[in-house]
Amino acid sequence: MAEPVLDIRGVSKSFGALRATDDVTLTLVPGEIHALIGPNGAGKSTLIALICGGLRPDAGSIHFRGQEISGLSVAQRARLGLGRSFQISSLIPEYSARRNVMLAVQARLGHPYRFFRNVQRDAGLTGPAMEYLARVGLERRAHILASELSHGERRRLEIATALALEPAAFLFDEPMAGMGAEGARELIGFLDELRREAPILLVEHDMDAVFALADRISVLANGRIIASGSVHDIRNDPEVRRAYLGEEGA
Amino acid sequence: MADARRETIVNIVLAVALFVVPAVAYVIDEPFFITLATRVAILALAGVGLNLALGLGGMVSFGHAAFFGLGGYVAGVLAHHAFSGTPVFWGIPGTNQMIIIWIVAIVLSGMLAAIIGALSLRTSGIFFIMITLAFAQMLFFFTLSWPAYGGEDGLPIFVRNQFPGLNTMRIWELFLLSYAVLMIAILLFRMVRNARFGAALMAIRQNPDRAAALGISPFGVKLAAFALSGMITGLAGAMMADLTRFVSPAMLAWQMSGELIVIIILGGVGRLFGPVAGAGILVAFEVFFGGITEHWQFWLGLVLLGVVLFARGGLIGLIAGRDRHG
Repeated sequence: MAEPVLDIRGVSKSFGALRATDDVTLTLVPGEIHALIGPNGAGKSTLIALICGGLRPDAGSIHFRGQEISGLSVAQRARLGLGRSFQISSLIPEYSARRNVMLAVQARLGHPYRFFRNVQRDAGLTGPAMEYLARVGLERRAHILASELSHGERRRLEIATALALEPAAFLFDEPMAGMGAEGARELIGFLDELRREAPILLVEHDMDAVFALADRISVLANGRIIASGSVHDIRNDPEVRRAYLGEEGA
Repeated sequence: MADARRETIVNIVLAVALFVVPAVAYVIDEPFFITLATRVAILALAGVGLNLALGLGGMVSFGHAAFFGLGGYVAGVLAHHAFSGTPVFWGIPGTNQMIIIWIVAIVLSGMLAAIIGALSLRTSGIFFIMITLAFAQMLFFFTLSWPAYGGEDGLPIFVRNQFPGLNTMRIWELFLLSYAVLMIAILLFRMVRNARFGAALMAIRQNPDRAAALGISPFGVKLAAFALSGMITGLAGAMMADLTRFVSPAMLAWQMSGELIVIIILGGVGRLFGPVAGAGILVAFEVFFGGITEHWQFWLGLVLLGVVLFARGGLIGLIAGRDRHG
């Protein structure tokens, strides 16, 4: 296997007596979609926060592109090339769709301490922003405020801003949440292509999407990875069926 | 975008009105109204500074009087030493040149704002409000108990500081200077707001987690904005000292910080000409209702209550609708 882009080794995090993340080891290699699944309360959100920088691990190491990142801030990790989308759409509500993406383009291009040039007339921002919007089919909604977009459109705008970061790895937190069947199918096709640009760590509840997309699946329960393997392995793992899939009668 | 055009019209009307009122007063020789207009312009300038932090960055500073007062004391102290021919310290002479005073006021206010910001921007909400207030109160009590420059009696500026080519003792010329500085500051505010820095700052106000996830560090951007904000308010303080020819600890009192916030809220938070509208309303209340009753602040309070409850966009918002950054 190729050198992993994201390499998480033996990471633990406790809140008081609760071990929210317990000795988790996980990698993300180029070209793959690695799905992370687990029942509610399994510790997915904690693990995401540890990867993105919202929390610091108590033990273990997190390497991203060969660099130890556990001590870096959220913004520093993003600048290294970690492109995330949020579980609950987290956009700039008073900015149009285009301006939301422009902000991501601006963030990728460099430091924000430019005081004079009007961003609305900066073709270096508006041009790429429109291209990313077009990729998710939002180019005709470019001037609508994020707060006035429909739920599905906001999900797509989340993806567009992640694309605009041109990251070395994507971390998508339940991108399918609340999407209709049609939207979910489109998004599955989209992510299927996207993995060639950068590997995707996909946290998702929609099992159809996970089974359709994932090269590897890791199952989290009570803060631990209880199984990791191909779609076939996971489907047939008795422990997984008991801990997780059993709930859904699969 | 009809709202945006309407806002432009309101802005032009405000800019013209602030010029025409004192111009008419000049022609009919009513210097009192020129003094008032100059006061509006300088308070609006201080408001432009606060509007950068509060309006664009969402940093509700209840301590901007610290910068306003620091600017005032820079003008007062330097003029005092120029007048008496004594050095400020280490042989550094005083000066009666506004340009030098302004530069010193801007630099020192920026440094003070950077220090206060670095210590208080880790917090937000009510804690940020209280920490900024605490810093301003510390400086307030410092000036109160510092006898070298008048202590609680304040420090008079006997002869107004000078500006090349102008006779600043003539109120009309001082007005023109203040008006020009205000317009430059508003243009600067507009430029910053529309540039990448403003885009980052306004995004951080709305959603700091999102900004961080994009790689924009909220702390650094907010600190830079807070320092810039303090610089502009500090400059306004230096100019106010020259208008009233007097500096006193009152310039640093919490009431002054509150007045600046009131200006922003009345005019419209984050709006380009909000501080002009707000300062105009405040001074108008002070003069017209202040002439009728000494409890004019009660009526101002009622108006403020009305704005907060029913017209959250302030005067500009009332006329031109919501602010949009599409």
